[in-house]
Amino acid sequence: MNNTIIEIKNLRKDYHVGEVTVHALRGVDLKIQEGELVAIMGASGSGKSTMLNILGCLDKPTSGDYLLDGTNVKSMSKDDLARLRNKKLGFVFQSYNLLARTTALENVELPLFYNSKMKSRERKKSALIALETVGLSDRMHHMPNQLSGGQQQRVAIARSLVNNPVLILADEPTGNLDTRTSVGIMGVFQELNENGRTIVFVTHEPDIAKFASRNIIFRDGKIVREFQVTERSNAMEILKTLPVEPVEELENI
Amino acid sequence: MNYPNLFKIAVRALIRNKLRAILTMLGIVIGVASVIAMLAIGEGSKQSITTEMSSLGTNMIIIVPAFRAARGVNIGASGSMALKYSDVVNLRNDAVNLSAVSPEVRAACQVIFGNENTQTTIYGVSEEYLNIRKLEVRSGRVFTANEVRGMSKVCLLGQTVVENLFGEGADPVGMNIRIKNLPFQVIGVLGDKGESGMGQDLDDLILAPYTTVQRRLAAVDYITGIYASAASEEKSAAAISEVKEILRRAHKLLDSEENDFYVQSQSELIETVSSVTDIMTYLLGAIAGISLLVGGIGIMNIMFVSVTERTREIGLRMSIGGRGADILKQFLVESMLLSLSGGAIGILFGYLIAQVAGTLMGSSVVITTQSVVLAFAVCFVIGVFFGWYPARKASNLNPIDALRYE
Repeated sequence: MNNTIIEIKNLRKDYHVGEVTVHALRGVDLKIQEGELVAIMGASGSGKSTMLNILGCLDKPTSGDYLLDGTNVKSMSKDDLARLRNKKLGFVFQSYNLLARTTALENVELPLFYNSKMKSRERKKSALIALETVGLSDRMHHMPNQLSGGQQQRVAIARSLVNNPVLILADEPTGNLDTRTSVGIMGVFQELNENGRTIVFVTHEPDIAKFASRNIIFRDGKIVREFQVTERSNAMEILKTLPVEPVEELENI
Repeated sequence: MNYPNLFKIAVRALIRNKLRAILTMLGIVIGVASVIAMLAIGEGSKQSITTEMSSLGTNMIIIVPAFRAARGVNIGASGSMALKYSDVVNLRNDAVNLSAVSPEVRAACQVIFGNENTQTTIYGVSEEYLNIRKLEVRSGRVFTANEVRGMSKVCLLGQTVVENLFGEGADPVGMNIRIKNLPFQVIGVLGDKGESGMGQDLDDLILAPYTTVQRRLAAVDYITGIYASAASEEKSAAAISEVKEILRRAHKLLDSEENDFYVQSQSELIETVSSVTDIMTYLLGAIAGISLLVGGIGIMNIMFVSVTERTREIGLRMSIGGRGADILKQFLVESMLLSLSGGAIGILFGYLIAQVAGTLMGSSVVITTQSVVLAFAVCFVIGVFFGWYPARKASNLNPIDALRYE
């Protein structure tokens, strides 16, 4: 529990749009321990997406340090960053980003293809385990267009899990989903978190943020508030109180 | 990323867009198929022409009079009286590299048998002529040296003449026909030679002693050509220079004067003709190559569209650990798979087209290993060349922008 996964010191990020310099992040300090479920909140333009991109090693800070699992990302090359993403990070996107006309299993396998040491059989096995974790092992041969939004997002979560990352990053994972399905996805996150996964997600819905163990609120490129969630929502319990719609029932969410 | 994985990823990506992949391949398939077919047809016709010409005797040397200008007017070779029978005698006596020499006196004439008549060419020759030109006698016999000396009115007929005068399958040996109102006895029939590569009927001829043709039919004292046989194919070059020397001396030409005759060996002629057919083959191949190029541009086009269309996929692949190089390789492998499999199918189709064309045209087709290797190599180059730019574009995408791309 005491392992520090993320350590950020005085992080700044500037964008140059023509003549104008936009200060997206103006000095952020942040520590995230192993086993936390963190929600980043903030209005649009507050810098939360920039923060997530930097956390995901997709973007580099202008100044400041970012230590991911003990390694400083600052001096790494593009290719090293790609390798780091492959080994240590998992991504979940608002719009799922599954490959069309590709089965759930193959979608989940995808990150492992970029790990040259893995054998075909191991790859398949890991993918199956990940799909089982999100409760979709019976849908492994379905194409994305044969799955509901919630199921697609679960496949995406399985994909983010498959390489056994130290950190899962989710960019508005419930943004495209209805309330009940959103709670379902949060349920998956909570379950993963109980099993020791560190997860950071961005949301702008306070209700969804309540499922996290800690909330961080951004405004104008700075962390303005940071607190442990005291009245934490439990997805499993809320799910029982929500009305079951016939269609949703069919989809078993 | 290792290569089996790369291959698998590319194959899956292509299978996801089956129809598009097939349509893209089609351009290459058509291009390669037409290149293979055209080269096969060209090569086939070249080979059939050269084998046919070789069957006429590779040792053969032909001497014809040169074009002659009379008072500034070119009256052509046929009007030339440069060659005489004495030249034949000179060559027989002096040329060590020649094994046989025959004069040839050519005359067009009307031939009559009963109610039938036909227009053909009569060749006045000596008895060696048949060996020089590798002509066979199917039935009957060749005229003798005595008959040549005695200006006998005997002749051998080609198949076409036999058919025109006597009908198919008839044996006219022993019959009498009339050539320019002179009765000739048919003493033999020549074997079937078919058509030459130029479409000339090689069976439409009559052979008779040159003395008979010269005196009785054409009434000339010159000959229209000399056919000789070099002692061997290797000696044909030496034979040609020897012939030139002897004839220049016999014609008393000054050093400043040009030859009043042409000497050409059959092997030279074969070379000339095959270089002509080579040019034809290359031309056909080049035209087909253009369609191959268009196919390659088609691949580039589709790859570009595909890069744009799959921007989010590229972004995703980068976010889960794909390096720029991995993306580049993936798109390159995709375009190469398209072009190479298109090439393989194209070779197959080209083979079929060539076979069908060969059957329809009745000529042989030859698919050379070179043409197959060439087509495949071109496909490989097309795959790399036309795949490179789109692949480069894909690998240079910024993952954040790519993921947000709508």
